[in-house]
Amino acid sequence: MLESINVSIASLNIATLAPMLIAIVGALSILVIDMVKEGLHKSFYVMVALLFLLLDLGALIDFGGLFLKNGTVLGFFDVMLMDGIAILSQIIIVAGSMLFIPLALTSKRFHEYNYPEYFALFLFMIAGFQFMVATDNLILVFVGLETASLALYTLIALHNRSKSFEAAVKYFTMGALAAGFYAFGSMIFYAISGSVEINQIATVLAEDHYSNIGFVLVAVAFMIAAFGFKLSMVPFHTWTPDVYEGSSAALAGYMSIVPKIAAFVVAMRLFEFLVHSGVVWLQVILYIGVVVTMTASNIWALVQTDVKRMLAYSSISHAGFVMAAILIGTTQANSGLFLYWTLFSFTNLGAFTMLWVNRQKNLLPGQSSDHPYEKFSGMIKTMPMAALMMALFMLSLAGIPPFGLFWGKMYMIGAAVSAGYTVLALIMALNSAIAGYYYLKLIVFMFMKEPMVGYDKYYLMNASLSLKTIIGIAAIGTILAVFAVNPLLVTITQFVYNSGY
Amino acid sequence: MMDHILSLLVFFPALAAMLGFVVTKGSVRAYGITVALIEFVLSLWLWYAYDPMTSGMQFMESAPLIPAFGINYLLGIDGISLFIIILSTFFTLIGIASLTETRRIKDLIITLLFLEMTMVGVFAALDAMVFYVFWELSLVPMLYIIGAWGGPLRIYASIKFFLYTFTGSLVMLVGMLFMAYFYYQATGMWSFSILEWYRLILPENFQLWLFAAFFIGFAIKVPMFPFHTWLPYAHGQAPTIGSVILAAILLKMGTYAFVRFSLPLFPDASVFFMFPIAAIAVIMIIYTAMVAYAQEDIKQVVAYSSISHMGVIILGTFALNVEGVSGSVFLMLAHGVVSGALFLLVGVIYDRRHTKLMSEFGGLASVMPRYATIFGIMAMASVGLPLTINFVGEFLSLLGFYKQSHSVTLLAGTAIIVGAIYMLSAYKKVFFGQVTNEENKKLKDVNTTELLGLVPLVIVAIWLGVYPKPVLEPINNSVESVIQLMHDKAQSPEAKARIPNLSDAGAMNLHQEAH
Repeated sequence: MLESINVSIASLNIATLAPMLIAIVGALSILVIDMVKEGLHKSFYVMVALLFLLLDLGALIDFGGLFLKNGTVLGFFDVMLMDGIAILSQIIIVAGSMLFIPLALTSKRFHEYNYPEYFALFLFMIAGFQFMVATDNLILVFVGLETASLALYTLIALHNRSKSFEAAVKYFTMGALAAGFYAFGSMIFYAISGSVEINQIATVLAEDHYSNIGFVLVAVAFMIAAFGFKLSMVPFHTWTPDVYEGSSAALAGYMSIVPKIAAFVVAMRLFEFLVHSGVVWLQVILYIGVVVTMTASNIWALVQTDVKRMLAYSSISHAGFVMAAILIGTTQANSGLFLYWTLFSFTNLGAFTMLWVNRQKNLLPGQSSDHPYEKFSGMIKTMPMAALMMALFMLSLAGIPPFGLFWGKMYMIGAAVSAGYTVLALIMALNSAIAGYYYLKLIVFMFMKEPMVGYDKYYLMNASLSLKTIIGIAAIGTILAVFAVNPLLVTITQFVYNSGY
Repeated sequence: MMDHILSLLVFFPALAAMLGFVVTKGSVRAYGITVALIEFVLSLWLWYAYDPMTSGMQFMESAPLIPAFGINYLLGIDGISLFIIILSTFFTLIGIASLTETRRIKDLIITLLFLEMTMVGVFAALDAMVFYVFWELSLVPMLYIIGAWGGPLRIYASIKFFLYTFTGSLVMLVGMLFMAYFYYQATGMWSFSILEWYRLILPENFQLWLFAAFFIGFAIKVPMFPFHTWLPYAHGQAPTIGSVILAAILLKMGTYAFVRFSLPLFPDASVFFMFPIAAIAVIMIIYTAMVAYAQEDIKQVVAYSSISHMGVIILGTFALNVEGVSGSVFLMLAHGVVSGALFLLVGVIYDRRHTKLMSEFGGLASVMPRYATIFGIMAMASVGLPLTINFVGEFLSLLGFYKQSHSVTLLAGTAIIVGAIYMLSAYKKVFFGQVTNEENKKLKDVNTTELLGLVPLVIVAIWLGVYPKPVLEPINNSVESVIQLMHDKAQSPEAKARIPNLSDAGAMNLHQEAH
């Protein structure tokens, strides 16, 4: 007879599941509502999704307070791990999603928003990302990753254009490959340590003095490839520009922010103990990866003729820049990662939303992409306010103070300096200078060239009050970032430091 | 009120610029002049309230900005920055008042007012990060001015200007972060306050690296040879107002930063690099003077002569004694007045003929006598004729360096002669001889609007040439404290010897008087 297992409900600590459950319940209720009453307008679903995300955010803030008081909360046989970085990254994920979902309220009709499933998938995806960051169990990470990715592929494909299908299939194929790598990596870690929990793996490897270093390196190689795909590190980045180009601008902006923070957190959990325990090979590979990702994608971005592709390469470069935090591995660098990403999400969301409001139904005459630079020429003369907004986001992305992203850049470079990575700090600084050129190129088109005849009817074609509100929020966040940096920095550092990173 | 006068000075133009969006196109010029005038009066009031006998910082303001990383909103001025701030407000006023541009005037004036904020901000900031914010932000309005109102190659010129300076300042940013980190290591606190950095004594090899990092940022801005290639393009393509502000104020940011950062923070490195930098300065002076002589475009002559004079400023700064540094600070003002005026004068003739080629002109003295007179006075001032403003600065700068090295100073001195050659020959080509070109015969002399901008500059150029004391004295007092700080901080025996000890000298003077 099997021994009876005694598990008290209290020890399960079901509360740790609350944030994800809220998102999942939200998604299910959207599906149920659709069964009860069909044909509801997208505005209804947007608001319902927004409300559930608000609840989710509330739960997370609650956990934040709890964390500061009692420290890390574990649950479900220690599978759920609500530590500081889990809470922080979930807050970024949920808040970023809340800024994204109102972008569905466009003035033009788009195919995907007619399906309530779009919103249900969206909430499932968020739950997936939340699971991914709130655990150090490699299997749960995998489950979260796949839930989120599969939902995301579908969201891309729902845009219903041939380029979107191409993008979705491409992303799916690459994602499947990454998932395979990830599974292999986890398997090897399990084989050498007998555990799938990262802290267990770390303990076992340390006790063993890394005697299986060969296997560790193989596992790390697989993991780097897996996260390389997810974070679009060079040379695993090839899908990114095509996928961004094929997705709607709104979704592309979303992809440049939320999925990456989730992947960063997992990478932080996995790679930092390895870097700290002196796996030199990993350090070298990460160093090269960071430098090449930053530099190469910057150089590719220089030659793009489409603004969205340019922003795709630029977001690769930003990801490389932030990846440096994982290489450096100090508390300052890790706090810098979260600070950078918070500021980046405002700015980048603003930039992509600007593309989204300027989206037209069909391609421009004589152009082969949706947002060629020429479309924006002379915008200051036809739409001064829109041009100023776009310029603001470009300046912030370029790292011109006092706009948002500068403070993130400064703090990250500062972290590199403090940790003794002088050369890396210089490379990071010089990459910002290279990046200046392509952001400037858009400003040059908008402010210094003559408007194209007949193009002004394409501007702000897709604008609506809620889109403009989002742009306004992003702009205010970008301009006034200087006052937000200190409270952000204090809070983030507290969370990161108390989680032991 | 006086407690917050610096904040008021910095942000008043920006606030006015934002309100300026409401003003209609027809009235925006008057609005711009009004705002610039108020700002100028405020800056004069600052001078009035300034205590010239005190050498330290005055009108200090402090508010925490990012205390977790040691960044504070810290403003304050001493004799060195006071007059450059007044120069900035003065030139913004004159620039807007003598504006002849009519295309999208509203955008231009709003941009100029934002630019004024960044300029005043750079010179008033005492926190390195606040300084950096304004320093970088100043690139954006200037990019727009050159790129939107400039000549045919304006986009190339504006991007070149932006990217050059941006790259340099990012290297400087890394240097600043290093300074903050060293301060953190020494005291356990993060700080970007320049005044607190002054108290830090760094080992010499660190000083050398940090000096180099800051140097790249500043040298590109000045611009020093061989980083000067962006400037002729920028000047060549920029509209008159752009060139005036660029030459009069923006270039001074680099030289000012040398005095504010490099010298007192890295005294040993300053001595170490004294002769290499002097060599660059001498190359700058002689080489660009020769290039200026070879130009056919009158604006390029002024542009290259401007670089040449910046060389003298650098030389004076790196004399590392009171005469040299005071002279170079004074020359910054003089150079601002003179080259700003020369660019305005070139703008006057360009508005009439839409060409800047000297071969197109000739004999203008008979057609435009008032114009020729003002141009003549300014050309003389540029050459460094005694009793003009440039003379005082050049003389003191060279005197300062003469104490360090005779031969280098002699070489730099020859450049003054070359300067006379190109300026006078340019003047001769444009103003003397027969009026050969038919179009030049009907040219109108300077009108009242233009005189309104030019006459004050002439008055200043002569007034400060004859009687520089009211300006020179506060500068001198503040420079003395900088030099004393450098001497106290210097570690290597060579640096101790090269940088004079003023407290000893003061004590000796007293001693002699007692006898």
